[in-house]
Amino acid sequence: MSDNPKLTRKDFTSDQDVRWCPGCGDYSILANVQRLMPELDIPRENFVFVSGIGCSSRFPYYMNTYGFHTIHGRAPAFATGIKVSHPELSVWVVTGDGDGLSIGGNHLLHAIRRNLDIQLLLFNNRVYGLTKGQYSPTSLAGMKTKSSPVGSIDHPIEPISFALGAGASFVARTVDVDAKHLQEVLRRAQAHRGMSFVEILQNCPVYNDDEWLEVEDRKQRVEAALVLQDGQPLVWGPEDQRRGIRIEDGIPSIVALDPDDDPVSKGIAVHYERHETPAYAFALASFQRPAFPLPLGVFRAVEKPTYEDLLASEVSHSIEKEGPGDLAQLLNSGDTWTVDA
Amino acid sequence: MSKNPEASAEDSVPTTKTVETIARVAIRFTGDSGDGMQLTGTKFTESTALAGNDLATLPDYPAEIRAPAGTLAGVSGFQVHFSSEDIRTPADHPDVLVAFNPAALRANVDDVRPGGMVIINSDSFNTKSLAKAGYSDDPLPDIRQRFKLVEVPLTKLNREATQGLDLSARDADRSKNFFALGIMYWLYNRPMEPTIRWLEKRFKGNVLEANIRVLKAGHAFGETTELFPVSFSVPPAKIQPGTYRNITGNTALAWGVIAAGVQMNRPVFLGAYPITPASDVLHEVARYRNFGVKTMQAEDEIAAISATIGASFSGDLAFTTTSGPGFVLKQEALGLAVMAELPLVVVNIQRSGPSTGMPTKIEQADLLLALHGRNSESPLPVIAANSPGDCFYSVLEATRIAVEYMTPVVLLSDGFLANSAEPWAIPDVDSLVRTEVTFRTNPDDFHPYSRDPDTLARPWAIPGTPGLEHRIGGLSKQNVTGNVSYDPKNNQQMIDLRAEKVARIAASLPPVEVDGPDSGELLVLGWGGTLGAITTAVEEAREAGASVSSAHLRHLNPFPPNLGDVLRSFNQILVPELNSGQLCSLLRSQFLVNAQSMGKVEGQPFQVEELRARIQSMLEQER
Repeated sequence: MSDNPKLTRKDFTSDQDVRWCPGCGDYSILANVQRLMPELDIPRENFVFVSGIGCSSRFPYYMNTYGFHTIHGRAPAFATGIKVSHPELSVWVVTGDGDGLSIGGNHLLHAIRRNLDIQLLLFNNRVYGLTKGQYSPTSLAGMKTKSSPVGSIDHPIEPISFALGAGASFVARTVDVDAKHLQEVLRRAQAHRGMSFVEILQNCPVYNDDEWLEVEDRKQRVEAALVLQDGQPLVWGPEDQRRGIRIEDGIPSIVALDPDDDPVSKGIAVHYERHETPAYAFALASFQRPAFPLPLGVFRAVEKPTYEDLLASEVSHSIEKEGPGDLAQLLNSGDTWTVDA
Repeated sequence: MSKNPEASAEDSVPTTKTVETIARVAIRFTGDSGDGMQLTGTKFTESTALAGNDLATLPDYPAEIRAPAGTLAGVSGFQVHFSSEDIRTPADHPDVLVAFNPAALRANVDDVRPGGMVIINSDSFNTKSLAKAGYSDDPLPDIRQRFKLVEVPLTKLNREATQGLDLSARDADRSKNFFALGIMYWLYNRPMEPTIRWLEKRFKGNVLEANIRVLKAGHAFGETTELFPVSFSVPPAKIQPGTYRNITGNTALAWGVIAAGVQMNRPVFLGAYPITPASDVLHEVARYRNFGVKTMQAEDEIAAISATIGASFSGDLAFTTTSGPGFVLKQEALGLAVMAELPLVVVNIQRSGPSTGMPTKIEQADLLLALHGRNSESPLPVIAANSPGDCFYSVLEATRIAVEYMTPVVLLSDGFLANSAEPWAIPDVDSLVRTEVTFRTNPDDFHPYSRDPDTLARPWAIPGTPGLEHRIGGLSKQNVTGNVSYDPKNNQQMIDLRAEKVARIAASLPPVEVDGPDSGELLVLGWGGTLGAITTAVEEAREAGASVSSAHLRHLNPFPPNLGDVLRSFNQILVPELNSGQLCSLLRSQFLVNAQSMGKVEGQPFQVEELRARIQSMLEQER
């Protein structure tokens, strides 16, 4: 598409006023997605943003692309129909922790396991925003909200583990305010052929402020986040207080490292995105604050045939084998009889 | 039954016994749901279709795949009515009952015409099986009094016929439905060849050999036994010239979906979730990938319609098929399709309810749900198929409306049409409706909610088209631009516009036709799968001298423009429906006429005799 005029962020900005609350993490995500789009070398008319219901689901209205704001929780199913109908489209689903994991949990599960070549961005702020502050399926146990005045008694679901469990071929986590990391992860997600599941830790300043402060704040982040890099050992912390993570029999443990230590020889696990089984990625997904640093980056990236390719090849094989469909032949197939005039 | 002196010899194997020519007969095959009664009935039907008779069938089977053997709960039946004359119903009362066990006898014998024939497998009548069926005494003496009872030791004869084949007794016994089929082929002079051809395609080895052997042995038994002194011939019906095939409503519906894609030159997408009695449509369409059709078995009913709407947004001809409980689940997404004004066809093959109800039984009680099942004001067109073959044309009509008016359309079928079969005149493809599909491509002055001045349809602008990037969704949208709007007047205007768009479809509809005098004492008005029973009852009543006409609605929203005039041309209006009066209440509220409801929710179709009784009582009341 190199003969197309170079597009800019402005070309991807719709004429609609953005109506999120001041300070909402969605602003940063929107700006970064709009900045990334021109760099992907995809004609603007081939982008489709699909969403369900919730704060995050207003996203398509602000993108100057094709967009479909659908019904609560069902965006992955709508996106499936769009992608299957036109596999050349670049389809992006924007959902949240309530939309994607509560009312839409079933569709998310099945869209992931079918491995459509789409990008699914799950904005996780661990609270319901648009309905004004109830606990969500990712809210931590004990969270006090209007609908859980003495604290939530639900055990939370962990989005990365959910996606891995559903057989996702690409799973990543990033943070709303980290422009560089966010764009890099989304670029990887778009390049991946198959379902790309991206959890974006996102701040809701009104109903769950600073839920992710530890990984959003540059200073705290050094201690709180483990940035995953393919082929690099699982090491984090300030230069003089580095720590690494060993994984033995699937159980992670933290090892303190001296500045001169070679992490690999100390038994520190080396990050690898393409393990055949998801066991290693599951171990990473189990790292929770405060006991462990929160991993950011690509957990898993493996190749699997996509749903739309398999369906299209069924069609082409059938045409190859039986010839293109002939309606008159179909209607006259099997036993028929003729009544003469 | 009347004798026809012009007996034509459609029988393929000559018989030495007397052949009596009769005009029509209805046979009901009954047994355990594992006995293969649906298959037996279907094969008999195919053979009968090829013999040139007019026919109608009524499969009646339990929802349980294999209920405990020998119990009333597990009884499965298949009735086939065939004739040398025009017929439209599977007949109120079978002339012949074939009962494979006591439970089948008990569940069905009271439906048999008095003096009719009852053929039983005498090997299955013992103390234990009689008890299982709930008989405390031997029922056969009573049956002999009321009917011509024919006792065939079917299991024993079948085992003898399969002797020497390397088959277990159980496997050998499984073929006994074909022994019975052979007897019936002899008794009614039907050709065996179509069934043999089918068996050869379906089975091989010992199983094929066993089935063919017992089919022929059954036929030979008919010829040699003294149990049947005569056989019967039903000459071909005098029907319109043309090429015919046998077709069920679900097959016709599936082929309609494929035909719509061909006729509109667009790829077809069908999203569905398995549900009785709609699953066969998904199965059938999935076989024809070479037409470019994509089928998707979704994770649930909601995903099925959501993916379908997505495919429509992208420009496919989009269909989703379901039955009542699934149709309920689809309503929120259907409301979005109304709001987004996207074309798709939602097929609801209605079944008996409420809730899970009787999944394999017949009802047409989802009319009001189709019209009003969504939140707020969300009108959409509703049409209903009225015969198995008509399911084909109904899909084409539903698709035409969807595409021309940019709207979701609900097509109602029912469990009766779905599984019933009739001879179908195969249409010439060139004669089928062809609807032009045009996508918007010109970006100049493009607005997603600008409208065609005649139809009020908005443009179909699909992703991938440069310059037409736009957003749609479920939020209230500004007229023309489609931008999100909370303006009160605008909301009123958009709701009015969508309603007006649906109302304007009426201008494209053919007028309602009256069968019989176009004014007079009584009009019987129906819709959907009751066409055959209503037409038969009204014609019979008219032949008997009554002043009565009938009319049948295909379009339930909007109604054909002349409906009000038709209704006002009659002193009385009777509306038979397999529900508690849904269409009737619509007619009363919309046209202020004194329509009388005749409702039935027994899970069974109307019988001609109950319709005739009601027609007669209404005419008598008037006097």
